[in-house]
Amino acid sequence: MSEAKCCCCESDGSFNLAEMENDTVLCRCEEVTLGTARKWIAEGYDTFDEIKRMLRVGMGPCQGRGCRDILLREISQITGRPVSELSPGTIRPPVKPIKVSLVARDYTGGDKK
Amino acid sequence: MNEKHSEIQEAEILVIGGGAAGLSAAAEAASAGAGVLVLESDLHLGGQLVKQTHKFFGSKDEYAGTRGFLIAGKLLEELSAYPDKVKTMTNTAAMGYYKNDGVVTAMRGEEEYFKLKPKRIVMATGAQERLIAFPNNDLPGVYGAGAVQTLMNVYGVSPGDRVLMVGAGNIGLIVSYQLIQAGVSVVGILEAMPNIGGYWVHAAKIRRLGVPILLRHTIRAALGSETVQGALVESLATGERFQLDCDIICMAVGLTPTAEMLWQAGCAMKYIPELCGHVPVRNKRQRTTHEDFWIAGDAAGIEEASAAMIEGRVAGLDAAASLGYSVDENRFDVFAERLNSLRRGDTAAKIRSGLEKVVAA
Repeated sequence: MSEAKCCCCESDGSFNLAEMENDTVLCRCEEVTLGTARKWIAEGYDTFDEIKRMLRVGMGPCQGRGCRDILLREISQITGRPVSELSPGTIRPPVKPIKVSLVARDYTGGDKK
Repeated sequence: MNEKHSEIQEAEILVIGGGAAGLSAAAEAASAGAGVLVLESDLHLGGQLVKQTHKFFGSKDEYAGTRGFLIAGKLLEELSAYPDKVKTMTNTAAMGYYKNDGVVTAMRGEEEYFKLKPKRIVMATGAQERLIAFPNNDLPGVYGAGAVQTLMNVYGVSPGDRVLMVGAGNIGLIVSYQLIQAGVSVVGILEAMPNIGGYWVHAAKIRRLGVPILLRHTIRAALGSETVQGALVESLATGERFQLDCDIICMAVGLTPTAEMLWQAGCAMKYIPELCGHVPVRNKRQRTTHEDFWIAGDAAGIEEASAAMIEGRVAGLDAAASLGYSVDENRFDVFAERLNSLRRGDTAAKIRSGLEKVVAA
C-alpha cells in the first residue's frame, strides 16, 4: 500500500504520530482539534462546559453526541480524575438543531415588545 | 404574560423512541388501558431491529431464533390490537423537556414544531455509537458500524469494497459477516483486548471465511488524502506498526446510552462503565428519580434487544399502573424472572455489576 499518503507523513514513509494526533478532529461539527483542546485543558479549562465556552465543542448540529465522550476521556487523562467524577456539562433543549423560524411560528400572537 | 403560543397537546403516556424498548412499553401500557403516544425520530418504527437480519439469541419469550427485523413486525402487530389507544408519529424527534411546567417540545420533519404535555414519559431513546479519536478520522470512509449496517440492510447501499473493522464485539462481528454476505470484502478485524468480546458462534463464522481477527491490535491512523485509502495499525503487544489496504474503516468500539432529556428533567444520573455511560438511577420497575420518567432499553445501559423489550414492558406497565389503570401485578414478577434468566451467566456479569450500582431496592 505505497500510494496511501497523508499530509503528516514524513518523506521516508514513516509517520509523525504525535503531530498527526494534535491535528485529529475532536469535534467535527465545530472543527476543533485534539491539540487545541489539550492546550486549553492544560491551561486549566478542565471541564466540559469550560471547553465548550472557549471552543464551541458540543454546540454544533450533533450537540456533543460525537465529541462529549472523547473530550471527557482527554480531560480525565490530563487531570488524572476518572471520567465517572467528571461532569458531562449542561445539556439544554433543543437536543437537535431547529430552525428559529419554527420556534417563531409557534408564537401565535399576543403583545410583542 | 399574555403571549400566546400554539396549543399544547396532551397525552397520557409519551413513549420517546419507537424501537425494541419503546414499542414494547407502548404495547404493555395500551394493554392496561392507557393512551400512548410514541415518537420516533426515524422514518419508520422498529429502531435498530429493522436492520438486524440475523437470528436473535436470548429467550423464547423475546423471540429467540427469529430474525431481528421480523421481531419489529411482531411488535407492531401487537400494537395494532389497540388502535384506539396507541398513536405513533414517525420522523418526529423529542427536542426538550421543560421541568417547570412538564412540557415536551417536538419537531416533525424539519417544518413542524409542537408541544406536548404528557402525564408520564417512558424514555426509550436507545444509544449512539461511540467514536474514538485517531488521526484522519474525519476522512470520508470512516464510519460507525451501525451506520454501515443501516446503509446496507435498510437502504441497500454498499459502503465500499474493502472494510477494516475496528472492534470484535458482537456488532463488529455481525456487521463483518453481513458485509461479506453483501459481497464486500473484510480485510480484518482489530480488537484491542486480548480476547474476542462477541459470541464465539459469530467469531467462528468470520474465521471460517478466512477473515483475520487481530487481537491486541489498534488503529493509529486512517491514511489517505481525499478518502480512506488505508489504515495504520499497531500491535499493542509488540508496538510493531503496519499498513492495511482498505477503503472503509468501520468503528465498532461500543455504544453510549442516549437520554439527554433525563438531564433536563433533573433525574439523578450516574456514570457506570459497565453500562457504557451516564444512566439514570431507577427502581426495579424502571422508574427514575423524577416520578414522571421511566427508562428502558439501551438508554438505561447498553445491553441487548431482548432485555430492552422486557424493560420496555416493565416501564410501560408501571407507567400505566401509576395512572390508576389496574394491572396484573404478577406480570412484574414474570418480567423480573425473564430478565434474571437473560442476565445469568458469565457474559452478563458486567451488566449485573452495573445494575447493582443504579437500581434502587
